[in-house]
Amino acid sequence: MSGGVQLENANPVIFQRSVERLLTASEEDEDVHDPIDDREIFDLIRSINDPEHPLSLEELNVLEQVRVKVNDAESTVSVEFTPTIPHCSMATLIGLSIKVKLLRSLPDRFKIDVRITPGTHASEDAVNKQLADKERVAAALENSSLLEVVNQCLSTRRI
Amino acid sequence: MAAVSPLLLSLVEEFVSGLQDSKAKEAAKGVKDGQFTMLQLVEALGVSLTSSQPHTRARGVQLLSEVLQENYAELTEREVEVLTAFYENRLKDHYVVTPSVLRGLQELTKCTTLPPGSAVSMLRSVFQDVHVQSLMLAERACIYNMLINLMETREAELKGLGADFVFGFVQSMDGERDPRNLLLAFQIAKNIVLQGYNLGKFTEELFEVTSCYYPIDFTPPPNDPHGITKEELILGLRAVLTGTPKFAEFLLPLLIEKLDSDVQSAKLDSLQTLAACMSQYESKDLAEFLEGLWASLRREVFQTSSEKMESAALAALAALTSCLSRSVLSSDSEDTLSTFLDLILRDCKHHLSEPDLKLVWPSAKLLQASCSASNRASYVITAAIMPSLIKQFNSRTQCSHRRTLLEVVQRFIQSVNTSQSSDIDESVFSEYRAALCSMVFSALSESNSSLQITAASVLNSLAQQTGLLLDSDIQLAVDHLTRLLLAEEDERVSSAVVDCAGALAEQHPAAFITKLIPRLKEELFSDTESFELRYHPAVHRRCLAALAAVSIQPSVVQESSPVLLDVLSSAHSDEGPSGPCSPLTKEEVLSAMVPVISTACSRLQPTLAGQTVLRVVSLFLDGDVSFLPDNAFPSHIQLLKQQQGMKASWSQSQLVCLLMACVCSLPRNVEVPQMERLLSQLEELSCSCSHLLSYSSAAKCFAGLINKRPQGESLDSSIQRTMQRVCSELDCPSSPVRTQVFTLMIWVAKALLLRYHPLFSILTDKLFSLLGDPDLGPMAAASFSLLMSDTEDILNRRCHANMRIMYRQRFFSENSAKLVQGFNAAPQEKKPNYLKALSNIITKLPKQVQVSELPALLSLLLEALTCPDQGVQLSTLSCLEPVLLNPPPVLIQQLEALISRLLALVCSPAMKIRITSIRCIHALSQFPVHEVLPFRARVLRALAQPLDDRKRLVRREAVQARGEWFLLGSPVGR
Repeated sequence: MSGGVQLENANPVIFQRSVERLLTASEEDEDVHDPIDDREIFDLIRSINDPEHPLSLEELNVLEQVRVKVNDAESTVSVEFTPTIPHCSMATLIGLSIKVKLLRSLPDRFKIDVRITPGTHASEDAVNKQLADKERVAAALENSSLLEVVNQCLSTRRI
Repeated sequence: MAAVSPLLLSLVEEFVSGLQDSKAKEAAKGVKDGQFTMLQLVEALGVSLTSSQPHTRARGVQLLSEVLQENYAELTEREVEVLTAFYENRLKDHYVVTPSVLRGLQELTKCTTLPPGSAVSMLRSVFQDVHVQSLMLAERACIYNMLINLMETREAELKGLGADFVFGFVQSMDGERDPRNLLLAFQIAKNIVLQGYNLGKFTEELFEVTSCYYPIDFTPPPNDPHGITKEELILGLRAVLTGTPKFAEFLLPLLIEKLDSDVQSAKLDSLQTLAACMSQYESKDLAEFLEGLWASLRREVFQTSSEKMESAALAALAALTSCLSRSVLSSDSEDTLSTFLDLILRDCKHHLSEPDLKLVWPSAKLLQASCSASNRASYVITAAIMPSLIKQFNSRTQCSHRRTLLEVVQRFIQSVNTSQSSDIDESVFSEYRAALCSMVFSALSESNSSLQITAASVLNSLAQQTGLLLDSDIQLAVDHLTRLLLAEEDERVSSAVVDCAGALAEQHPAAFITKLIPRLKEELFSDTESFELRYHPAVHRRCLAALAAVSIQPSVVQESSPVLLDVLSSAHSDEGPSGPCSPLTKEEVLSAMVPVISTACSRLQPTLAGQTVLRVVSLFLDGDVSFLPDNAFPSHIQLLKQQQGMKASWSQSQLVCLLMACVCSLPRNVEVPQMERLLSQLEELSCSCSHLLSYSSAAKCFAGLINKRPQGESLDSSIQRTMQRVCSELDCPSSPVRTQVFTLMIWVAKALLLRYHPLFSILTDKLFSLLGDPDLGPMAAASFSLLMSDTEDILNRRCHANMRIMYRQRFFSENSAKLVQGFNAAPQEKKPNYLKALSNIITKLPKQVQVSELPALLSLLLEALTCPDQGVQLSTLSCLEPVLLNPPPVLIQQLEALISRLLALVCSPAMKIRITSIRCIHALSQFPVHEVLPFRARVLRALAQPLDDRKRLVRREAVQARGEWFLLGSPVGR
């Protein structure tokens, strides 16, 4: 982010962050089994950094809790994300970051489906297809410079 | 002239031809002791100095220089003059001679007797005859040191050289590469610039020769013995570059260029350099670069990559604005400040009308930074933006928009706070007072809680502006606050309101005395008819919290404390469900009274303290109740005696905590009457009573008195008497009062530990032996935490306790070996107690001691991790966790053992152990990368399992730890 490079969307709308999940008594009880729920998945990904702005995907409203669905019993997760503008060239990278974060944070048994919220991006199908293709995701992560950018998005912000 | 002594001749001979370096020292010592003079030395050197062999000449000069090094202070002006002429001449000699010549000259520059003119001629010769950069490192340093010495003592003469001096220096340092020499060269350049040497036409040359190092990129070699840091070089160079406005035309373009680069460290350095040079510059130096600087600064804030960069850019902008504000305007020049502020407003103002977009905050921050720079700037900026902010606030309907606007306004108020000097009475915001107040009050009347909270803190900021708010505003504000206090249920709002009330009351106590306190009083004592309807414990609590918060000024306290006392006495008379019930029988009430009494007693004047303690002791010992007004006590009440057979006897005996609060916090010079009798009754109570608060307070009171008692026979004998009783009870396993006796022992031990009393060691031995006790073992282990930490109610500095510094370290160093020994000797089932004791001690130790002592204990801790007992595992993990955040080297050597033990625990059946072990593994990811990288794959595999843990808290830790380990080895990770 330097020199005279102009961002595609320099002044996006900002949304409020949701409050931290409240700790319940049952979560502290050894004997209760806590199932993985939508909020837990949302918490995993909401703090991913945007590749361009020093903001999280939640603050840009790219991710919303209502678009995160999990079924613990059937081991499936589905996440829909909304690019800030229909021509956002970062859509694939954002999707990849979400996918990688979930791959790293969820048990093997889950089938992870990351896609663009229908009707919010010009090349929606192409991006969805890339994200759904296991081999292409794996190949992308072999690319060290791409992995670097993804890691950048996933690193906790240091102030 | 005396003949040259043969000793000297032989010394010279051995040094020059025999190449024995040690002889130089002897010659120097000889000169120093007056055995021979400088002149004799030169005469003795005669042959070597005129030899046809350059190496012999070099040796000769070397001897002379080394002798000078020891003796330069004693030289006469005449000697210095001759020597200087000689050395200047020798500069033309063979190159092997030059190093020694330079060393000699360097010594001569230190002479206070250097004759006038020598400095100049010396430098002329050096600049003329020596090509500095083809010399070796040490010789170059010699020349820099010469310059530094001469600049210190012969400033006027050097300035006489004019621009030639600067030119000579520029030529000398051109191409310097060694960081040690660069530090010296930067120092010279800084002196040239700051002390006003004539730069002549060489300004640009001097700038070029130094700025070519900018920005400094230097990584010291590992194990660098010189200890030069990048930071030192940066600051050295920055001092040169920012030292004079003459560099402005060269420096500013350079900074703009570096700001536009991609290298983060260069950007940051440029911002800091920019801020630094503003203290020297004037507006005419800046005028032509303002556009460029603004564009770069704006970009750094609008598209910031880190908070650090952003705050550096804002600081630079503030410095720039204040520099422009400082300049005196002349009639024909344009007003650069207003030109610049126009630029800022042009680019930022319109973003403030889009409160939900990202750029609102960066724009606001930029405006605020320039606003905070000077009074003039703050007038210009506020005049330009406040009307529009106020208008928007009144026209917007969405709460989130209004809140953002309010927050922006608040930041402006705060930024002006920092800039305004105290001699300006009129606040910048006076013009907008009415509008701002109506904004705040309308926000306080909204139902949206976050809007209310923001409004409360804006109100707070407004109140900090001296003389801004009128009395009528304050009255209205108090009305709003009171209303919210009584009606608002949201806890966050009411705590914000209480904070705001506290801050306002500090500035404007009158309104709170006349309005808030009477209203709260009314609420607290609302008539009992409608008691059931109106009584809300939450409202009550908020009222009390507000009363406490506003009671900062003495005038308010005078009004509020009667109300609080009334609350107390009304609580006293309230009828409980089972007959009359005093709040003084409630433990929490008593515990709350302890700090009040203790604080009051610790500050009493000596005579008053003496009276108080006399009364209190006679009340508790003799039942003298005469000084308590309106009491209903029977006369001769025996507060410290257990009434046998009475069920509620503890309701009286627990009052001993009040005795403790009083007598244990008095200054040490106040004598407590009837000490022996008091101690024995306290001992009796603490050893016989079965009520926890009673016996523990009695034990604490006993300990507090022991701690302050003067050293001597009577102290020792009372300690020993108590010890005997304690030990005999503890040695009898069937005794019913072992817990009580143990409590007494621990408190006495604490009291003695603090004052380094020699009898303390007996108590520690007893304590260690109890770690193996089947009943008291766990309690004994836990008690180490009490010994090592500061206590709140007694035995602390506030209570004037007899405390020596570093008692923790002392305890640790005296007892850690015993503990380790005890651990090794103990049977398996007893080991946990020892480990718990150890971890209790270690966690309380200061960091430095922890790090130095850990090596000895590490193997013990590692063994403890494999111990099957869950309690041991947990306490060891919690002992390790803080250490891992700042790991000592010895830990890194044991990484393999540590990691495999930790990984084994992530699937432990106990949730807490899983969580803490994963946290430890998380901490390991911050170790030096090359040390932990080999374990990456193994750790990632092991952490896959807790990702599917049945407990969410465990999963959360595992996700964080695994995420960090994934990033390991990639540059962004660290």
